[in-house]
Order: sequence, then C-alpha cells, then structure tokens
Amino acid sequence: MIYFDNSATTAIYPSALDTYVKTSQRIMGNPSSLHGLGTQANRLLQQARKQIAEFLNVQSNEIYFTSGGTEGDNWVIKGTVIAKREYGNHIIISSVEHPAVSRTAGQLRELGYEVSIAPVDKNGFLQLDKFTELIRPETILVSVMGVNNEVGAIQPIEAISSALEKYPTIHFHVDAVQAVGKVDQTKWLTPRVDFATFSAHKFHGPRGVGFIYWKAGRKLAPLLNGGGQESGQRATTENLPAIVAMSRALRMHLEERAERPNHTAVIRQYLKEALAGYDKVTIFSGDHNFAPHILTFGIKGVRGEVLVHALEEKQIFVSTTSACSSRKKVDSSTLHAMRIPHDIATTAVRVSLDGANTMAEAEQFMVVFNHLYEKFSKIN
Amino acid sequence: MQYTEIMVRYGELSTKGKNRRSFIMRLAQNVRGALVKFPNLKIHADRDRMHILLNDEDSRLVIPRLEKVFGIQNFSPSIRVEKNLDALKQMTQQIMEEIYTGKETFKITAKRSDHNFELDSHGLQQFLGDAVIDVFPEIKAQMKRPDINLRVEIRRDSAYLSYETIKGAGGLPVGTSGRGMLMLSGGIDSPVAGYLAMKRGVEIEAVHFASPPYTSEQALQKAKDLTEKLTPYVGGIQFTKVPFTEIQEEIKKHSPQGYWMTLTRRMMLRITDAIREMRYGLVIINGESLGQVASQTLHSMVAINEVTTTPIIRPVVTMDKTEIIELAEKIDTFELAIQPFEDCCTIFAPPQPKTRPKLDKVFELEERFDIDGLIARCLAGLKTEEIIPAQAEKDEEFADFL
Repeated sequence: MIYFDNSATTAIYPSALDTYVKTSQRIMGNPSSLHGLGTQANRLLQQARKQIAEFLNVQSNEIYFTSGGTEGDNWVIKGTVIAKREYGNHIIISSVEHPAVSRTAGQLRELGYEVSIAPVDKNGFLQLDKFTELIRPETILVSVMGVNNEVGAIQPIEAISSALEKYPTIHFHVDAVQAVGKVDQTKWLTPRVDFATFSAHKFHGPRGVGFIYWKAGRKLAPLLNGGGQESGQRATTENLPAIVAMSRALRMHLEERAERPNHTAVIRQYLKEALAGYDKVTIFSGDHNFAPHILTFGIKGVRGEVLVHALEEKQIFVSTTSACSSRKKVDSSTLHAMRIPHDIATTAVRVSLDGANTMAEAEQFMVVFNHLYEKFSKIN
Repeated sequence: MQYTEIMVRYGELSTKGKNRRSFIMRLAQNVRGALVKFPNLKIHADRDRMHILLNDEDSRLVIPRLEKVFGIQNFSPSIRVEKNLDALKQMTQQIMEEIYTGKETFKITAKRSDHNFELDSHGLQQFLGDAVIDVFPEIKAQMKRPDINLRVEIRRDSAYLSYETIKGAGGLPVGTSGRGMLMLSGGIDSPVAGYLAMKRGVEIEAVHFASPPYTSEQALQKAKDLTEKLTPYVGGIQFTKVPFTEIQEEIKKHSPQGYWMTLTRRMMLRITDAIREMRYGLVIINGESLGQVASQTLHSMVAINEVTTTPIIRPVVTMDKTEIIELAEKIDTFELAIQPFEDCCTIFAPPQPKTRPKLDKVFELEERFDIDGLIARCLAGLKTEEIIPAQAEKDEEFADFL
C-alpha cells in the first residue's frame, strides 16, 4: 500500500497511541476534581499544554484545546463576531479557505453580517492589493489559511500581517491545520497573528482533538458554556488522553521535520518533474512558496474521481482535492478561485506526502501512473 | 546577526569599595546559574565588565534569561572580528546593511584598550564612518542621540562590534546582602516582596505554612509554583513547608475568635524566626501592606512583631494594592496567585478580628498554650526542598507520556 493522502489524515504514531492508552488507563481522574487523582490529571493536562506552547514559542495560557480544526475555525470566527459585535459587522476571508471557514462565514452572512472574499491569483495566492481594499472601519476579523489544503499554496501571511499593522483592532486568524510541521512557523505565525487553528490528526495525533492559539489580551466569546474548563472559555470535560497524545505527536512530528527538513520536498520534486513529462498532465501546484508535501495535478479528460479509483485498485491512495468535499459533485473551490477552467479543474487529484513516505514509493507510483496514463490515452 | 559574545556592565557595584571583588564573583555565579542550560557558554568576570562568550549558543535564548539577573546595569551582544581594518570595515558594513532601513542616523563610537592598534579611537571612528557612507551615501551621521550607535572596541585579543544595549534588571547580585526568610502564603503580595528583596541582593528562602486537611495539596503546589516563578532571578530557592495544623487547631480551641489571627501570626513569626536561625538567615521578609487586612494595621504589627527582635523587611508595606498587582503581573505571579485555594490565613478566619489587639491580653491568652512544645513539634516536622526553574526535573513525572 502507498498512502499519499496525508493532508486528509495521517496514521497515528504508535507512541502517541501508546500515550493515549496509557493516559486512559492510568490517569483516571477528572482534571477538575479537587482530590489527588484530579490534580494529577490536571498536572498532566497543563504539561501537555505547556509542551505545545513551547514548541510554538508562545505562553501556556495562549493554548486552548478543541475537538479539531473545524471547531477551532468556528470558534475563532463566531467567537469574534459575538465578542466584537459592538465594534463592527464585517469580516474578510480568502477565496480558498477550508469549508470550516467559508461555510461559517456563509452562515454569518445569512444572519446579516457582511462577508468579503479576498481573491487569489492564478497560482492560488491571496492578492494583497485587492485584500487591503476590502478593509473597512467595521472590519473585525480577517481569516486566511497558512497553507492551502488543495494545492499547497503558502498564503502571504507575513505580508498580510504588515498590512494589518495599521489596523491593530482587527482579529487576524490563521487556519494553520496544513501548515504546522510542514512550513516554517515564521511564515504563518507572525507576531501580528491573533489566533491560529490546529488539528491533531494531521500530524499523526488522534482524531477529534486539536487546539487554538489565542493571543493573550484578545477577546473571544466561548461557544461551549458550562463547567468552566479551559479557563472558562470552552466547557466540557477535557479529552485528556487525546490531548496528551496530541502533545506527544506534535513533538515527534516537529522533531522529525527538524531531522529531515527536506524529506517530502525531494519526493515531491521528483514526482513533479516526472509528471511534467506527460503531455496531458496539468500541474496545479507551483514551485515557489508552495508547501513541500502537497502536489495537485490532473490528466486532461480524466475526472479526478476516476484517477483516484484507478490508483486505488493498485493500492495507491490519493484524494480529489480536499477530501472533505470529494464526495460532492463539485470541482475544487480553490481551483475555481484560481480561475482554472471547469473541465480542467475536475481532473485534479492531490498527492500529499509525509515523513513516512519514501522515494521508492514515488518511483512505484510513477510506474503505475505511466501504465494508467497510457490506458486512458487509448480510450480518449 | 550571529553574536559571539555579550558584554555585561555592572550596576551599583562600582560604589561598593573593597567588597567589589566578592560582589563580582557572586554576580558571575548567579549569571552562571541563570544560564546553566547553555553548557557552551564561557563567563569571564573582570573588574569592570563581564564577558559572556557564546560559543555558538543562541543569543536570542540567552538574552531573556540574562535580563532577569540582578546586579546588571545593561549589556550589549557583540560580534568578534579580527583585529584588522579590512575585517572591521567589512563587518561594519554588513551590520549596517542588516539594520539600516533608510531612516536612521548613525554614529560610530570607538574605544581601544590595545594602544598598539594602527589607528587611534578618533581615526578608527573616521575610518568606519567612511566605510558606512561608502555603502549608504545618503545616511546621516549624528553625534547626539543617534538612532544607531555602533560601538567598536579594540581589545588585546580581538575587536568587538556592538549596536544594541539592552537594559538589565538593575539592583544588587542576589546573595550579596545575605540571606532572608520569605513568609510565602500563596497570595499576591508575598512573591512581590520576595522579588523586591532579591532585587536588593537578599538570597531568599521560602517558608510556607500548611494546615492539611484544612488547606489542600493544591494550595501547597501553588506556593511552590509561585516560588518557581522567583527562581529565574537566582537559579534555585529553598522551600520549607511548615506543618501548622496542630497550632491552628489549638489556637481555635483555646482562645476567643477576636485574637485567633494575632496569636496565629505570632506563632508563625516565632517559627519563621527559628527556621531563620537554623538556616543562618539574617532577616525575615513578608508581604505585609499597611492597612490591607486586620493583621496589617500598625497596632497588629506591634502586637505580632513583639515576639522577635530580628529585623522584618516589608518591601511592599507602603504600596497600594494596584501597585503590587502591577509588579505581580510583571514577574508573572499574579495569575497564579489569584487561584482560589484556601491557605493558612483564610481558614479559621475569624468573623471579627481585632484590628487593635492589646499586648497584655495577648500575653494572658498565650499562658493557656504550651508554646515551646507546640513549636518544637512543629519544627520537628519541617520539610525543605529546593525549587528549581521550570521544565526541569519536575516534569519527569509524565516524561513517558509526552
């Protein structure tokens, strides 16, 4: 089996799973309980938080645990409009956001909020000049992802940060789900960024857990009210085993990247060059300012879905662009936003790599691809 | 820019006459303690300056720690270059290219302790100033308050360039004033008092009164966490836990509630004084602030202080609560301190404590207790441990989870 769908989800690290099991079995207390078992659980919870904070170079009290990327995006966006409703009713998102952001914004629009969509250029990068024109006195939130999940474009967070220096009251949220452990942190967690969203299962942690970075001093309303957990900002008994396993997975993932910083970039480059040799192949992911683990391409005349299933027969697993929307009969919204013609956009498939992938797998992939390409060429 | 060393300028030490040498040695020891995580550092403490050779350690990680060490006026990270004009010129230009954004004025300040160097200070300033103007013809030189002051020092071994001066914590090196016992309850005031005492050179040891089961394990942990927040200034702090349950129960049983507080404080002070003697301390430090609560009126202070002649330093005595909170926030103890756990001062808090306790009444009430016996039993149960800066050994409890 060749698993090239790591932007959809990753395999949990065995040692993170071990942490999950061990925490479930041995740390039975509720972190909110006053007795020793509770305080023990609470100490572990705080250490998991501290470890994450240290890796991001932020303070422990700036990390809040969530159920994953979707909750993080919803929380920051809805929490901002609730907390800042007296200051304005306008938010800006990019045209290539994950549905967790774009549909949340859509829901707010139905409720009467103003939502502006900042366009991207043909390569998938937010256009800074068009973006700055959208800023208004009523703007309370800007939400732009760090790395696009469908083509891998690294969004110009540093440039947006500079542009937002003049507007210190606007909340700046970065969906960093695809960025952490893949792209240098300086590119997506600048000092101007107020909030960032993370999901554990994208870096070999368990499902159903994530966290947000929430810069101290910024205001956000809670979505979950209740027993006062997470400093009163997100009630519900903490998912301690998952949180601790996530903290461990993040450590391992970042250490792995530090050890082999160019591992996926080399494999990606090989695949990209090999695929470029085929006449009917369109490559949607560029070279400069693209994440080192995502490569999106298509064969003209072959729907992405067809290629996914054909590869699957050979035990190779890839996605049609964002796995979250791949079951629907629409083409990728990112490719749409890049103004790729409809019939080309529908051919897109996404290869997403990870530290566990090898060059041998990439070579085998090309053998299979070559075979399929010839087959499809005969039919078309 | 890759710094090669940090030059440290001493604070008030210069006024300390014959003790200067021991002050410098102590400062060097404290700096070493604060930077223990960087094994490659070499620290040379000279009479006038201290030089910290970085040996490839990351200056961005070293600087925040150094900023907390008392006894340092300011310090300048600097770059070492070979002692020749070519190398100096090249590095000067490289630095300016990095920091000049087109707006700043500049100045070169040269100094040489090696008088055999080919140019004198003035000549060197001229030469390097020209080198900067070669690259940025439009840049303006300004002698008074320039935006960029590039300092060049020609020493015997090498030349050193620096362009930023970072403010130090000031004060005196911790330990140079002797040792004091800090009565640490777990509130906002006592950590601030400890911090201020350290700033004036006192080596503090924390004394915490615990009355389980009336006080919880969390209250004890909170006191330790607060102590831990004070460790970056010194490296490590001794923490003594005093078993106080029996004494508090006895006082409650045998005295009227109006005097509970006064009697309790007197016992605390007696015990702290006894610990001070055992640990060769000179003074006692507490977080009392005048008029804040019943035990902190002048009358109460007289009644409580009567048990000892040991000087009691009250660094925050005349400060307003808001001023204390400001400092607590600065040293990052505020958030911890406001966690609501019962401590030995809040349990058995009498409904109407006497704000003007009378000493003769106190003496009369104390007749009812076996004070020596209570103190002896209490002292027999003392537990002392060293609290060290975070992310060290104490995290090992869960090391195989994370």
